[in-house]
Formats: sequence, structure tokens, C-alpha cells
Amino acid sequence: MFAFILSRILQAIPVMLTVALISFAMFAYVGDPVSIMLGQDFTEAQRQQLIQDLGLDRPFFVQFGTFIGNALQGEFGLSYRLSRPVAELIAERAPATLELAFCAAAIAMFVGVPMGVYTGLYRNSWLSRAFLTFSLIGVSLPTFLIGILLILVFSVWLGWLPSFGRGDVVQLGWWSTGFLTWSGLKALILPSITLGLFQLTLIMRLVRAEMLEVLRTDYIKFARARGLGNRAVHFGHALKNTLVPVITIAGLQLGGIIAFAIVTETVFQWPGMGLLFIQSVGAADIPVMAAYLMLIALVFVTINLIVDLLYYLVDPRLRSSMGAARGGH
Amino acid sequence: MAAPILSTPSHSRDGGPILEVRNLRVEFPTRRGVLTALDDVSFDIAPGEVLGVVGESGAGKSMTGAAIIGLLEPPGRIAGGQILLNGRRIDNLPYEQMRRIRGKEIGAIFQDPLTTLNPLYTVGRQLTETMQTHLDISDREARQRAIGWLEMVGIPAAAQRVDSYPHEFSGGMRQRVVIALALCAEPKLIVADEPTTALDVSIQAQIIALLKRLAREKGTAMMLVTHDMGVIAETADRVAVMYAGCIAEIGPVREVVKAPKHPYSEGLMASIPPLDRKVDHLAGIEGAMPRLSAIPKGCAFNTRCPHVFDRCRHERPELLETGTTLATCWLYDPASEKQVPELLKDD
Ligand SMILES: Nc1ncnc2c1ncn2[C@@H]1O[C@H](COP(=O)(O)OP(=O)(O)OP(=O)(O)O)[C@@H](O)[C@H]1O
Ligand code: SF4
Ligand SMILES: [Mg+2]
Repeated sequence: MFAFILSRILQAIPVMLTVALISFAMFAYVGDPVSIMLGQDFTEAQRQQLIQDLGLDRPFFVQFGTFIGNALQGEFGLSYRLSRPVAELIAERAPATLELAFCAAAIAMFVGVPMGVYTGLYRNSWLSRAFLTFSLIGVSLPTFLIGILLILVFSVWLGWLPSFGRGDVVQLGWWSTGFLTWSGLKALILPSITLGLFQLTLIMRLVRAEMLEVLRTDYIKFARARGLGNRAVHFGHALKNTLVPVITIAGLQLGGIIAFAIVTETVFQWPGMGLLFIQSVGAADIPVMAAYLMLIALVFVTINLIVDLLYYLVDPRLRSSMGAARGGH
Repeated sequence: MAAPILSTPSHSRDGGPILEVRNLRVEFPTRRGVLTALDDVSFDIAPGEVLGVVGESGAGKSMTGAAIIGLLEPPGRIAGGQILLNGRRIDNLPYEQMRRIRGKEIGAIFQDPLTTLNPLYTVGRQLTETMQTHLDISDREARQRAIGWLEMVGIPAAAQRVDSYPHEFSGGMRQRVVIALALCAEPKLIVADEPTTALDVSIQAQIIALLKRLAREKGTAMMLVTHDMGVIAETADRVAVMYAGCIAEIGPVREVVKAPKHPYSEGLMASIPPLDRKVDHLAGIEGAMPRLSAIPKGCAFNTRCPHVFDRCRHERPELLETGTTLATCWLYDPASEKQVPELLKDD
């Protein structure tokens, strides 16, 4: 088990290094940070001073090494745009994005899985057909359009829910949460539906397809032939066997939710990392962009690791093949 | 109905048969019309008796088993006839009532042990789950019995193996587990559909021996579908030969194997390597079994039968007394214009 985690972490290192290299290349070669930071009026001496301060005169590998060393300490320098430490900016914005992503993922899982199971079990009921039609809409409409439609209906016409922002937040240490106030919770509803809808329909379709597949297997027929009840057959035997593929996709989707929160955050002016990223792109604020990229890569790598661990818990065949691999070393 | 003569005299007893299949008809509605997968299938199984079922691929052997345990794949459905278990009709029971019969009163064994067990649960869990579905026993009791069953089907170190997953067993061992699962709620009837076909030849005999021993010890009756005439000869009390959704011949195993009365059984027995039977000229049967959509009018076998005569092309034969067995063949109707050929007469 421990060896397995360790090997996965080792495998993640090259991935992270590659992303770091891209981030760094952006830093060093995209745009001209010196002229951006200096503005219009400067002397040559000022320019040289800044180049030295930023370490831009040193060789590539030294610069890259320093970049990685700093990145490991969460140090990405100052935002060009806001002249504040990038780490601080991100830490400020992260809770908003994470809470939004969490709610979106929860909606996608807790609505998508039951809908998938239902449509898999009762293929021909009218409700299943309704779900499938609905899922087509979810997959085909672009996120920003869904967001705008929701705003139109629930904010503009009905006036029930706010159309932008996080509402009131409560500060818990450095973490700002919207979960503890009424307006914070209300503000979460539309953006998390918008963000989670695509994943919801995807998970529903995946669970449905897997259920249909598993229900045809011999071990399900045999479970019925042993006289097990529908509950045990459907949930104990069938659903559990759909979990491995569902975990894979759901895991990747969770990463996607965090990464692609950008659109939703823009539509709802949600003060998260995605919005920060978009604003940074507009201002060529390279340090923020680089840090954001690294962070998203880290999120994906972590989720992959968790997905692998879940496999390990769900599927005994993987458990023993990993055990065998370990024994063989 | 021709009921009384379906079980051979040696097996009739006071209690009556455990299973009676009466004129069973199974249909599959398809886009191009209704296919009849089983047509007028009738047989009995006495308590403790082993009925072998043989026939070419697609003859309807598995379909018969599925109809008995009430698990026909939709859109397949029982369109006629009756199935009685201990004299009680079970072919028209609601799902929930039939569910309680499956596993408890009728056990099932499937063909491929590699796919029959749920890969995500230990064999012990699958056993306890089955027993606790049907029997009112505690977790501890169920576990004890699970270990007992694994021992009974010959799994070494059962007390440790009870917590192993299916993939940790070989094919033969897995089929032993499947047998334990089929028997663990002590049903009085087992439907075993080619229980050894997927196994290594070297293991087949062991599994059959195990099945035979357990069936005898527990007094369990069995419907044993197999392609292996050797297994039939050795295990079955009676044998039913199926052809194109019908019973061609049914009777005591010795008679059907050694002196088949139906032209199809004759060909089938001739096409297998002889054990002690003299085979002169009939080497298999010409042609192939018709698809369900192309079963001929009259006798289903009339396109391939070497003894076919006029009546066979118009009228469907019923199960007729041949002296030793019952066969669906007009040769055995004294009213037919044709006589039983020498070849099919008793030696
Ligand atoms: N879903 C279905 N729709 C239509 N016909 C079907 C369906 N399932 C099976 N059949 C047909 O029913 C007939 C009987 O099939 P069955 O599986 O009982 O044969 P079998 O005797 O068990 O053959 P095998 O020795 O290959 O197992 C076959 O002709 C098959 O093609
Ligand atoms: S009824 Fe006719 S065709 Fe059918 S098996 Fe008998 S002789 Fe052959
Ligand atoms: Mg079959």
C-alpha cells in the first residue's frame, strides 16, 4: 500500500516538472516583465537594477532551479498587476473556487449517480426518457449559456437568487466561507448548478451505460438465480461493479470542475481563482498565470492519486495484483 | 394430457415428481414475427433423479433451464404450458414469490465459473448472503456453514479460503464454489447448464463426480445439460434429447444411448465415439439444425431425417410410446403407413 502510494507520487514528479517548465518558460519568455513592471518612464540604470533583482541575467538552469525552489515554498513572486505576493492572492481566492467546485461536484455525484442507476434499471419508463433528453441538453448547451439562462430565470424574472458574487462570507482564519450565511448559500446555488450540470449529465450517462453492461453479466444472472432480492442485486452487486469506471471519470471531472470554473466564475463574477486568472490574462500578469497553472496541475495529480487509491479499495483484483507486484520487487 | 407415462415406472413413487414440465412453449417476439424457442416440451423429474439433457447447440436446452428458474431473458416469455414444482404451479408466479423459490427450492449452476461469481465480493460473503436470503440464521452461523460448504465441495483450507476473492481461485475451484452456492440453501432440485463445458478436460470428471456425490448425499434431483455423452451415460438416470425446441426422445439413459428410437437420437448417438455400442453406417446426420425462424412444418427433423415419409411433412408428431422410451416420431404411431426400420428396432 505504502509502496504503491510512493510509486504513484514518483510518477507524478515528471508531470509536475513539465508543467513547471511551461510555467517558467511563460515567465521568462512571454511578454517582457521588465518593461511591464517599469511602465513608461525609466532609466537604463533602473532597468538593469530590476533585471538583476528579478535574476533575469542568470543562466537558464539557475533561473529554473530558483523558480522550482520558490514554487515548492509557494513563492511565485509579485503580481505585476496588483503588486502583491501571488501566493497571497491565490490563498484569498482559493476558498471561493473550492467551495463552488465542491458544491458542483456534490450535485453532479448525488444527482447524477441516482439518475444513472434509475435510467439503467428502468430503461423504458417515461421518466428515464425525460432524464435522457434533459442530459442531452446538459451536454450540448455551452456552460456560459446555461449560466445566463439561469440568471435570466431565477434572478431577473423570479428574483429569487442573486446573479453575481458570493454573498456574505464569514472569515475562518484565512479561509473565507459562504456556507455559514444565508446569502452565501443562496449565492452558491446558481453557479454550482451551472458548473455541475455538464458533469452531472456525463456521470448519469456513464452510470447508465455501465449499469446496462453489468446487468447483462453472468454474475448478475447468477445472483438472481440464487434468489437475491432486487435491492441486493441492483445496488450490492450491479452498482458496485460500475464504480471503478465511474470513479475514474468522476475523478477526472472533479479536476475539470476546478479547472473550468473559469467560465462560470466569469459569468457570475465569482471572486475565485478562475476569475483571477482571466483578469491576469487580460493584464499579462505572468506570475499569477504561472502559479495558477501549477496549482491546477497539482490538483489533477492529487485527484489521480486519490482515484488510484479508490480503485484499490473497490477492486480486490487490483489489490492482489498490486500485492503481487510488490512481492516481486 | 399424456402426463402419466412421462416418468419411467422405476421412478414413480407416492409423492409424485418434484418437477413437472407440461407442454411448455416459450416465445420470443421479434420485429420479424414471433419465434417459438420451445414448443410443447414435457418431462418430469423425480426426487433424487438426474435427468440428462442433450442436443445440438441452439436446441433450447438452456432456454428450458431458464424457463424453469423463471429467468427467461426478456422479451422471451412462457406462452403456454405449465411448470410445477412439487405439484404447485411456478410458471405464473409474481417475481417476488418466484425469487424466494430460486436458490431455496431450485438451485442453478451456470456454464462459466470465471464469470458466474461477483469479482468484488469474497466467496464467503456470497455464500452467507445466499444462505441468509433464504434461511433465518445468524451471521456467525452463516459463516460456519459457508466454511462447511466449502469443505464439502472439496476446497482445501476452507477456513482460510472463505475470505478469498473469486479471482484467487482456479476455474475448477471456482466451479466448486458455484456448486456450493447452488446447494447452500438446500434446494431439492438443481438446474445445471453445462457445468463442465468451460473447464479443463482434466477437471471435468472431478466436478461431475462431485455433483453426483452431493446430489446423492442430499437427495437432490438434477436437470443436467451437457454435450458430453460420457457424462450422461455415467451420471444420468434418464435422458432427454432435444431438437429445435422440442423433445425428440426421452427415456432411461441405457435405452436412449444404446438403442435410440428417434432417428435424431440415433444420429446423435452415432456421431459420438462409441463406448460399447456397435456403429455400422450412420456417421452423424446430414445438414444442420434449422434456425428458429425456419423450422419446417410437421416434424422439425423432417429436412434431415433419413426415414422421413409423407405424414412427417404435414403433421407434428406427439410424444409416442416406443416400448422403451418416448419419442416424437410418427414411426411409432401404429396408424402410420410406414413401419419402424430395422435399424431403430431393439437388438
Ligand atoms: N433473445 C433471443 N431472441 C431470439 N432467439 C433467441 C434468443 N435467445 C436465444 N434464442 C434462440 O433460442 C434457441 C435456444 O437457445 P438455447 O440457448 O436454449 O440453446 P442451447 O440448447 O442451450 O444451446 P447451447 O448448446 O449452444 O448452449 C436458439 O436457437 C437461440 O438462437
Ligand atoms: S416423424 Fe418422420 S421426419 Fe420426424 S423423425 Fe420420425 S420419421 Fe423422421
Ligand atoms: Mg446452452
